Amino acid sequence: MNAPTHPDYEVVIGLEVHCQLRTRTKLFTGAPVRFGEPPNQDTSPVCLGLPGALPVLNGYAVELAARAALATGGEVQPDSVFARKNYFYPDLPKGYQISQFEHPLSLGGYVEIDVAGGDGPRRIGLTRIHMEEDAGKSIHDGAVEETHVDLNRSGVPLMEIVSEPEMRSPEEAGAYLRALHEIVRWVGASDADMEKGQFRCDANVSLRPHGATALGTRTELKNLNSFRYIEEAIHAEVKRQAALLDSGGEVVQETWGWDADAGRAFVMRGKENADDYRYFPDPDLIPLTLSEEAIEAIRTALPELPGARRARFEQAYGLPADQVQVLTASRELADFFEAVAEASGAARAAANWVARDVQAALREADRDVAQSAATPQSIGVLIGMVESGRITAKSGRDLLPELLTEGGDPEALVAERGLETVSDAGELERWIDDALAAHPKAVASYADGDKKSLNFLMGQVMRASQGKADPGRVRTLLAERLDAGGAA
Amino acid sequence: MSKLSPEDVRHVARLAALRLSSDEAEALGRDLHAILDYVEQLAEVDTEGVPPTAHAIPFETPLRQDTPVSSIDPEEVLAQAPARAGTAFAVPKVLDEA
Repeated sequence: MNAPTHPDYEVVIGLEVHCQLRTRTKLFTGAPVRFGEPPNQDTSPVCLGLPGALPVLNGYAVELAARAALATGGEVQPDSVFARKNYFYPDLPKGYQISQFEHPLSLGGYVEIDVAGGDGPRRIGLTRIHMEEDAGKSIHDGAVEETHVDLNRSGVPLMEIVSEPEMRSPEEAGAYLRALHEIVRWVGASDADMEKGQFRCDANVSLRPHGATALGTRTELKNLNSFRYIEEAIHAEVKRQAALLDSGGEVVQETWGWDADAGRAFVMRGKENADDYRYFPDPDLIPLTLSEEAIEAIRTALPELPGARRARFEQAYGLPADQVQVLTASRELADFFEAVAEASGAARAAANWVARDVQAALREADRDVAQSAATPQSIGVLIGMVESGRITAKSGRDLLPELLTEGGDPEALVAERGLETVSDAGELERWIDDALAAHPKAVASYADGDKKSLNFLMGQVMRASQGKADPGRVRTLLAERLDAGGAA
Repeated sequence: MSKLSPEDVRHVARLAALRLSSDEAEALGRDLHAILDYVEQLAEVDTEGVPPTAHAIPFETPLRQDTPVSSIDPEEVLAQAPARAGTAFAVPKVLDEA
């Protein structure tokens, strides 16, 4: 366990994450799920709540939520039930939200976190994962005496991932969210783009004296939409509750919103109008049944998960942990690296190239690895040529950006442009002669004991060869000539 | 079945967004009570050992492919609305009570 965040109280945090499933259509209708469309373009009778419109469950949404559940060690339930959560709001045209309540899609599971400065990895338990539909969007413009309603988001498939109240510091909450964010993206369940509201977090925060077993009164923080805000907001809430308890006061069960601009929370809802949602099974939807075979098929198709992959990269390729972290920033990058490593026959060199040069070149071209024009095999071939000395590292680095943006066959490009390493003494001597003749001052200062002049002259030779000269051979030959007095 | 209190009736009315006069509340309270009594008969059935069921239909949920289909014309929908602002529905201003 970490050092306590507060000397007098133990901090108890549970998180609820609403995560948008990566589907093309809504949860109960074929209306498209898109982002940034003008209001009400992506609706259908079902998501408009028109009388008589009946919901039909999106099978792919079920699969995606099950993927996330299995990737976090959850038990996907053979039977789960959609219920109606009843409340009135203009962006909820049916007067109820369809959500799973008593019988969620998945129970249990965990997310492993590792907080810097903590006691090593630890597991945060999950209570459940359930599926539900999103509501529409109400637009309140202070200047206008009306509210505008956009139902494009109405019915968008979400999964809600509920943790146990097992986090003990804002940093642990942040680490949990980052790990969860990575997993849902890794298995393709969600794009989890926080700026588009695809990964939203509510935090339940309470304090209790150290050693106490009963939980203190909690407050709920809503509207947390960046990892940094979440940690800040929880820090602020811990401070607020501690001050309240210190002065003999009591924490009141309330819902607070987080105002990121002001860096402080505001009360959204007190207990007196606590919710009464009158959940009941939706008569329009038959319970969802998943066979053991269906669940196992989803489990089998899961990719190797980030933690397992990192451990394997470290062990199988002998790579340092920080480099592995870079190479596994996304599943696409990790896949790309492995294919490069295999094609190059030199995994550690491939790791250096992919972590540094490939990443830099892609950034320069404003692309991510999925948009690389080069196949990982061709990058592997290029690295293999550098490793075997057929081309110099300089030539390799020069070719790399072009391969990544234009594609092409590195063998053919090397042949076509005559990039094979020149190590023939005769040819190298010609460039060396020229360099020595052109820079008598450098030759003289070398003779006077300034050995750094060798590097300068090396540079001249390499430039004259357009990077093709075998640098090891050049250095040897150049040193011999200079030590012999530099005579041409 | 214990009798519904006037507070229960008012609470249910508030959840249903209904404003009731006291006469209406009393009449509806009687009706509600009669309905609950009627449903209460189900309690006479011995359900010991019978798992709760959410649905009586003995077939599986049909699942839909994740394929977009064109649906209702947005303009036709907006034409039904009492008021609009661009392509948004315009409703009386919501004073926050989510």
